[in-house]
Amino acid sequence: MIKLTINGKAHDIDVEPDTPLLWAIRDTIGLTGTKYGCGIAQCGACTVHVDGVATRSCSFPVSEAAGKQITTIEGLAQNNVLHKVQKAWIDLDVPQCGYCQSGMIMAVAALLKEKPKPSDADIDKAITNICRCGTYQQVREGIHAATANA
Amino acid sequence: MNHIAKNPEMNRRSFVVSAAAAGGGLALGFELPLGPSAAEAAETGPEVSAWVVIRPDETVVIRIARSEMGQGTLTGLAQLFAEELECDWSKVTYEFPTPGQNVARKRVWGDFFTAGSQGIRSSNELVRKAGAAARLMLIEAAANEWKVPAAECTAAAGTITHTASGRKVTFGKVAAAAGKLEPPAEIKLKDPKDWKVIGQGKKRLDTPVKVTGEAVYGIDIRLPDMVYAAIKACPVVGGTVKSFEAAKIAGRNGVKKVVQVDKDAVAVVADSWWRAKTALDALPIVWDEGENAKVSSASIASWLKEGLDADQALVGNKTGDAKAALAGAAKKVEAVYGYPYQHPVTLEPQNATARYTADKCEVWASTQNGEAALATVSEASGLPIPQCEVYKTFLGGGFGRRSTSHDYVRQAVLIAKEMPGTPVKLLWSREEDMTHGWYHPVTQCKMTAGFDADKNLTALHIRISGQSILATVMPARLQEGRDPATFSGLYPGGPEAAIGYGVPNILVDHSMRNPHIHPGFWRGVNINQNAIYLESFMDEMAKEMGVDALEFRRKLMANHPKHLAVLNAAAEKGGWGTPAPQGVFRGLAQHMGFGSYVAACAEVSVTGNKVKIHRIVGATDPGYAVNPAQIERQIAGSFVYGLTGLFYGGCTVKDGRIEQENFDTYDMMRISQMPKVESIVMPSAGGIWGGVGEPTICVAAPAVLNAITAATGKRYRTFPLRDHGLSIA
Repeated sequence: MIKLTINGKAHDIDVEPDTPLLWAIRDTIGLTGTKYGCGIAQCGACTVHVDGVATRSCSFPVSEAAGKQITTIEGLAQNNVLHKVQKAWIDLDVPQCGYCQSGMIMAVAALLKEKPKPSDADIDKAITNICRCGTYQQVREGIHAATANA
Repeated sequence: MNHIAKNPEMNRRSFVVSAAAAGGGLALGFELPLGPSAAEAAETGPEVSAWVVIRPDETVVIRIARSEMGQGTLTGLAQLFAEELECDWSKVTYEFPTPGQNVARKRVWGDFFTAGSQGIRSSNELVRKAGAAARLMLIEAAANEWKVPAAECTAAAGTITHTASGRKVTFGKVAAAAGKLEPPAEIKLKDPKDWKVIGQGKKRLDTPVKVTGEAVYGIDIRLPDMVYAAIKACPVVGGTVKSFEAAKIAGRNGVKKVVQVDKDAVAVVADSWWRAKTALDALPIVWDEGENAKVSSASIASWLKEGLDADQALVGNKTGDAKAALAGAAKKVEAVYGYPYQHPVTLEPQNATARYTADKCEVWASTQNGEAALATVSEASGLPIPQCEVYKTFLGGGFGRRSTSHDYVRQAVLIAKEMPGTPVKLLWSREEDMTHGWYHPVTQCKMTAGFDADKNLTALHIRISGQSILATVMPARLQEGRDPATFSGLYPGGPEAAIGYGVPNILVDHSMRNPHIHPGFWRGVNINQNAIYLESFMDEMAKEMGVDALEFRRKLMANHPKHLAVLNAAAEKGGWGTPAPQGVFRGLAQHMGFGSYVAACAEVSVTGNKVKIHRIVGATDPGYAVNPAQIERQIAGSFVYGLTGLFYGGCTVKDGRIEQENFDTYDMMRISQMPKVESIVMPSAGGIWGGVGEPTICVAAPAVLNAITAATGKRYRTFPLRDHGLSIA
């Protein structure tokens, strides 16, 4: 049994220790907002926060996640109030197909924790998630909108 | 009663969206699946018609047959319906009806096919008429109640008013009565000048669920007692399974079954996908790869090269006598181009969940064509269509991959058949997806132009050699052997995909050569190849003649005012003819596809092997702009798609198989490489509804290529540019 704390809730799960955190989250625990895209930490669709750090869960063994605070897209809103990135995403209609956006939003939320008002260069460096619909222009606008009052 | 998905997750989605749309706040943190109360919330309310349910709380649930894969069709179609219904837009939500119900209800929702930019193009009239019919029925129900003539009543913002008496009633109060009336025989649609919802940049209806993780894609389906399957098909298309040693993985944790699927694939079923996948990786499989294993990119290229000069070819456009005119030309210009296989790469890999019993087979899947998926379920299960059903989800990208080939649905059903009663979720690994795609077909093109002594272009021969999509995917659609898609954007006229240049003698012909690699309708289809060839060559000819690239085109476009209008608009906003910033160079392109006219003006600078794309202006004339805000997003996204293809999108073939297995060898544009996109949406009306999800892709690459040539003097004629060492800065 491995003990995971996801969005503040404790889970005891029976998986092999080298199982990627992504599959524990999706298949074992049943939170499907975190997506599978590549399995090799290239696309970022699986991004979650592990102790506040943006982490590509497809390449992060569940054994390393034990005992840490894991936040998924489902846990980003607090007390039914959306995170400012989620709000900006709604205001600017950022998603298209939306499949990458859970990971994109989690990556941006982690960036804003480190840099409350990132420059374009900061964004370019930190946000490397793949969006096949090509929402990058709206993503950038969304980040700036989310941080306008920061 | 409700005719929509029986999947509790789908009901949950409807419920959440309804709550958000009705301003009811967010529903977060609930358990999966939801109990009956939420499901009922989604299902209560009477049908006015098959198209719309209006609940007592005035929520308007519009049923959308076409698939939502990011292109915004869901919202656009809802706008078309709401325009005629005269409802309160803030009360609008949606449901996806099932293909099975469409069959059962005599195809009341028409076609489910969502590709070729057809979502709004081919169903706008049907949807608007359905909205108008529902409005007339609601009015009639109110008039009946008031015992006044319906003609004395009007509807606006979800309220019906009897003008003379001032009496009012809301839609929700008369919806049940309206649903019992006969639909009107005669329907008059609004004049476009009276549109209030169409033409507005309404917010997407699906955004709220896409920022919380609540949106349900095929990959997210969870059913009670569901098991998971991973699959490997023979890496060489056409090859088969020779043998596999199931005993080698017996006893692994969670593994339930090893199944051969058709002649060419093996699947492992387990209690989680990761266990299925790792067991499959450990399973020894021997393939019989067959004759196709001898094929390589080089062998395909040399076969296509022969086609460039082959005597026989299928003619797509013949105006005048190009061959004779070329023979007598004072000057000739010639260039040969080549375009690679490209993978559509939906970020959500192919997947489907199937549940089979002796008398019913149900599938949950991301599909661009629910009815084709349904037919696949019937064929694979052996059950007649009335005993089959497909529940559609959101798509994590479509890009043509999920339009015509439902190989993943077939496999899921065949696996589920081995475990009756147990739902099986089949998910392809990214590696399986990359190597078993339906690829943007490989073509080469020889351009030959003839000029008279006064530098007038008198003849143009466009010889395309290469793969036909339809010959493999829909052979019945070939026209006397010709694949009409091959000539996209090069036709002499018509509302779909006409060439934008008037040349007295034109010949466009195709030497069809079909390698074993599966071709597919990659987003934009053949306008992508054809626009690169034609628009690169336009610049090559202009340079040979010593004429400005815009002036050279304009001279040929006198009889093509719509092509010219978008080109002029892009050029003007792009600053063509004015000095560019130091080190920055511009390039132009225009083309027509899917009923829309598109043009681009790109600004790039080149440092060593790095191409910085600073800015692109995109102009589009789609006839009617249902949602200009979403069109702007489609334009921006199209540039990403097209430029990713130009720089990185090449699938190579070695020993008969696709070599690129994942994103480490098949790169894609990131946010740091994104140019500033400026959009011009310039609908010219005139009865043509053009597409917006695809056309702009085709001008992205040639505009940037022409700018690169302006910057470096080098002309690149084979792609992707990765092969020339170039990448995006």
